[in-house]
Amino acid sequence: MDFQLIWFILIAILFIGYFLLEGFDFGVGILMPFVSKDDVDRRITINTIGPFWDANEVWLITAGGAMFAAFPHWYATLFSGFYIPLFLLLVALILRAVGFEFRSKMPDKWWRKTADLFIFWGSLLPAFLWGVALTNIVQGLPIGPDKNFVGHLGAVLNPYALLGGLAAVALFTLHGALFLSLRTTGDLKERVEKVARLLWIPAGLILAAFAILGYWQTVLFEGLGLIPGTLPTLTIISFVASYVFIQLRWHGYAFGATGAAIVLGTAVVFSGLFPLVMPSTIDAAYHLTVYNASSSELTLKVMSVVALIFLPIVLGYQGWSYYVFSQRLTREAIPRD
Amino acid sequence: MESIDIARWQFGITTTYHYLFVPLTLGLSVLTAILHSFYYKTGSSEYKRLTKFFGKLFIIIFALGVVTGIVLEFQFGMAWSEYSRFVGDIFGIPLAIEALLAFFLESTFIAVWLFGWDRISKGLHLLSIWLVAIASSLSAIWILIANSWMQVPVGYVLNEGRAELSDFVAVLLNEQMLVMAPHTIIAGFVTGGLFMLGISAWHLYRGHQVELFGKSARISLIFVAVGGLLTATTGHDHAQHTGEHQPMKLAAMEGLWDTEEPASFSLFAIIDQENRTATREIRLPYLLTILAHNDLTSPVRGMNELQEMKEEQFGPGDYLPPIAIVYWGFRIMVGLGMLFIVFSIYGITLWWRGKLDTSKRYLKYAMIVMFLPFIANSAGWIVAEMGRQPWIVYGLLLTADGVSPNVSGGKMLLTTIGFTLIYGLLAAVAGFLIYRFAKKGAPEEDAPTHAY
Ligand code: HDD
Ligand code: HEM
Ligand code: HEM
Repeated sequence: MDFQLIWFILIAILFIGYFLLEGFDFGVGILMPFVSKDDVDRRITINTIGPFWDANEVWLITAGGAMFAAFPHWYATLFSGFYIPLFLLLVALILRAVGFEFRSKMPDKWWRKTADLFIFWGSLLPAFLWGVALTNIVQGLPIGPDKNFVGHLGAVLNPYALLGGLAAVALFTLHGALFLSLRTTGDLKERVEKVARLLWIPAGLILAAFAILGYWQTVLFEGLGLIPGTLPTLTIISFVASYVFIQLRWHGYAFGATGAAIVLGTAVVFSGLFPLVMPSTIDAAYHLTVYNASSSELTLKVMSVVALIFLPIVLGYQGWSYYVFSQRLTREAIPRD
Repeated sequence: MESIDIARWQFGITTTYHYLFVPLTLGLSVLTAILHSFYYKTGSSEYKRLTKFFGKLFIIIFALGVVTGIVLEFQFGMAWSEYSRFVGDIFGIPLAIEALLAFFLESTFIAVWLFGWDRISKGLHLLSIWLVAIASSLSAIWILIANSWMQVPVGYVLNEGRAELSDFVAVLLNEQMLVMAPHTIIAGFVTGGLFMLGISAWHLYRGHQVELFGKSARISLIFVAVGGLLTATTGHDHAQHTGEHQPMKLAAMEGLWDTEEPASFSLFAIIDQENRTATREIRLPYLLTILAHNDLTSPVRGMNELQEMKEEQFGPGDYLPPIAIVYWGFRIMVGLGMLFIVFSIYGITLWWRGKLDTSKRYLKYAMIVMFLPFIANSAGWIVAEMGRQPWIVYGLLLTADGVSPNVSGGKMLLTTIGFTLIYGLLAAVAGFLIYRFAKKGAPEEDAPTHAY
């Protein structure tokens, strides 16, 4: 059996899970200052993701650990190459978590304002950075003969990558607005639904520009002609479907549709890359592939057994926790302080 | 400074900081679960209030463990890419399993517990805090499997300049882990126990909520006394194991330059690493041989002999760790360990005589002693990690060869300063919040528990 292929797929699944789940809680964090009229609204907004955001973040930790175990060279090249962006990501994730955890611990205005800033920037920046990072990978990076990134930060911040960052922010924000519409009531719910309606068109434009430019800028569609393949087509259909559902006010379906767009879009990236994991712009001989970046067969086998047993269990209890906390949050549910 | 030195400082700072919160998480999760179990069994409002009170402190500490942990997970690849390439095959496995097995469980069920007070059945609610406690210890075991492999590599073959897995079970049941995990986890229980004792003593001292905090003080006293004795015995096992597998580390821990047979134990010394001597030494005859081998005659190898042996094996070089730090780190940890045993047993005799709640002096000391396990924990890790220098993987890879070659010293310095500043700020805020909540005392039974 081709264990490299299995692990490539599993890592893709972990990143897909991460973007699908943390995607909406990034969106909620970005929207929190804009859809809330007062402190109660802000607390409701934060509490909609309260029981979930930490476990969502563990998808990233697991993806990182799995990459380390299954493709050490991928992990080493990616993480040392994106040194400064990852540092910023870590700072943002730290401040965001601190914002969530400590905000309600003191009633003072300045305290809560500071926490709100942490939550907003701590959600916006990671969403943006993930878009930039993923775009850079599919564009290819200056990777030298010893598998190390040899470029400068400037190479990472090219215009197309910045557009990728923007696309991620747009999609996650829309996804977050739809999540909020499912967990809130009353005026707040009206406002987030309006945001979803207004946001779709600009988000669609950014995503369309990103996808079309992708034909020239990335390695993803090299095997394809003018007509996109199945996965890209399904991605487009999902995203368009979300528009229809938003107009029909079927917000549950719309949330499902943006979720599907995230899942399928990430799948396009990974399947388009395969068998490469980090293409080199210096020389095709320096490409990192699933075969020259991977661990030994024994490691992959051991890890496959572990994943096969435990991933379904994790999905089971995480799903259960979403079920336990599925009811809408009302203003009355928030204690006064 | 070279990037290697900065990378080492950064790793030291960020892990030591993470490890301020981790042992508290290990201990407080179990203690909160115990309080919750008492509440479940008796239905008493006192235990409910105590559960909520310590649960709230636990949550603040847990949050800090989480945010500082992610940094570590990324840091291997960011600053130690060559190390990651070398060890990924083996070291990555426990890291990935830790996340899949422990972190998911912990983060999901802590939310279920925190947000679930009136939402799920009482049995499930109790189960969720126990799952958090179990997951904390599980996560410690998996990370220690990873660390143990760096200390004593097993179950591998070298292939094209990388260590590759040859025996998974050997890695899993590394003897090093089997001595390390009990000591580390129990030390975590002691840390949590002394924390709970100190907070309880603060309220007893002020005569505030005496009924309540008398209960938690007693629970934590038992916890610390038992845990304290077990840290000493497991630590002793650990030292013997170190003597066998990392003799250079043991010699540094003991400041032993020349092989002795039988070896004496050094109580005090001023170490002079440059001239390879120690001055003003106080030594107790026989004791080190007894500690290391359980008999009166066996030799303990000194650093001079070990240095020669290493040079023969690996070629010329300096194979001595920073000795003074390792020597004193060890003495600080062991000294504190003894202190905790005496302190908790004395507390139990006060309880026996019915004087625990009123003995102001003891209560005052308890408020100070609660801070000392943090020093013991850090000292222990500094012994373990600095004592294995200059190796990053003992006997296989030098620390200097593990660092990322393409990350400049300037970048490393920038991020080190960044993390240090943020961590400093976090410590201040968290310390302030813990102080505020601890001082307030236990909430009313039906106080709202809405999290954010
Ligand atoms: C409250 C904390 C605490 C206390 C009271 C003690 N320890 Fe400890 N010790 C630790 C916390 C710790 C630790 C931080 O958890 C370490 C670091 C690495 C490890 O495995 O555990 C450790 C490591 C450690 C090592 C390993 C160093 C190495 O070879 O790598 C030894 C030999 C001991 N301890 C021995 C002792 C003894 C004999 C104690 C007597 C009471 C003791 N410790 C108390
Ligand atoms: C949480 C408790 C820990 C503390 C306080 C701690 C402390 C330290 C310190 C002080 C250093 C610097 C040593 C030096 O350069 O002289 C270091 C290095 C390092 N530690 Fe740890 N450590 C801990 C746990 C771990 C664990 C669990 C792992 C692996 C899973 C680990 C992996 C490393 C690595 C890779 C380095 C860098 C290379 C080196 O300097 O040897 N540490 N640690
Ligand atoms: C140096 C290597 C280490 C790494 C890479 C690491 C990684 C992490 C990560 C990523 C988290 C956050 C998990 C979350 O989001 O839920 C965390 C928290 C934690 N870590 Fe560490 N850790 C290290 C050292 C240690 C050590 C030495 C121990 C125990 C002996 C430990 C035990 C824990 C515990 C109990 C938590 C509590 C919070 C939680 O699990 O969520 N860690 N660690």
